[in-house]
Amino acid sequence: MKELSLNILDVAENSVKAGATLTQIIITEQDNLLTIEIVDDGCGMSEEVVRSVVDPFYTTRTTRKVGMGIPLLKLACEQTEGELSISSITQENDPVNHGTHVTATFHTDHIDFTPLGDVSASILTLIQGHPDTDFLFMHKKNGRVVKLDTRELREVLEDVPLNSYDVMEWIGEYLREQYEALS
Amino acid sequence: MKSLAELQAIKSRMKDKVVLRDGMEGIRVVVGMATCGIAAGARPVLNAFVEGVNKEGLEDKVSVTQTGCIGICQYEPVVEVFEAGKEKTTYVKMNPEKAQEVIEKHLKGGQVIGEYTIGAISA
Repeated sequence: MKELSLNILDVAENSVKAGATLTQIIITEQDNLLTIEIVDDGCGMSEEVVRSVVDPFYTTRTTRKVGMGIPLLKLACEQTEGELSISSITQENDPVNHGTHVTATFHTDHIDFTPLGDVSASILTLIQGHPDTDFLFMHKKNGRVVKLDTRELREVLEDVPLNSYDVMEWIGEYLREQYEALS
Repeated sequence: MKSLAELQAIKSRMKDKVVLRDGMEGIRVVVGMATCGIAAGARPVLNAFVEGVNKEGLEDKVSVTQTGCIGICQYEPVVEVFEAGKEKTTYVKMNPEKAQEVIEKHLKGGQVIGEYTIGAISA
């Protein structure tokens, strides 16, 4: 992956596929440490599955027998001497508080750090493809935060789909303005 | 700054449009958005279709959606075009420029671009 934002898009797609009603994407930049967290309330994974998703030869898809999503994210953070961790609670174990929490840390001053890239484009892509699930996006940097909560937008929009072009344009502009204030 | 009040205005404007969309028998553009597609550049391809379809005023006729791995990862980004009563078209190794051409020639003009399809590659 050329940008970490593409890894974010890829891993968040797994959350949606796991039946998440809310997927949180939280990026935190503090000094030379960048943390990406993807937290969902989907069906969760057993301990055995959590161990195996870091293995490129494990996948849930049926078209072929390898899954590269998590291994690629793991590679991207470990090549900066960062870490990847996954914790998960299955729906059977806890019918209320189930879901998966992926945390990846990166050392931004490492020569092998992959640039974050266009995070807004990934958020827009997620909303475009999954207008009926909710996303909470936060990018914290230098004590400021860029934030988008589709639940708030949905309240205003009611039955107008979040992936209507005009709404998507609004979201893009909304994020762009916040990023301008951040830099 | 963008405000939720603006979103309210969009909502009022969109209300009628949503009704129009129902029951239309249109063209469906499906972009593969699994790990393989994303890594190969599917995100800007999807974006080009979403923007281009709207810019050309095709939004009532063409829907742009995403799917997972189609199974031909070596040809990603892959875009499938479904039209009622016609055979599915599978475009391979797409990029935003080719997407623009597909919008012009295929979605607007009804002409499949043979050289971008999977048939051209496997032949």
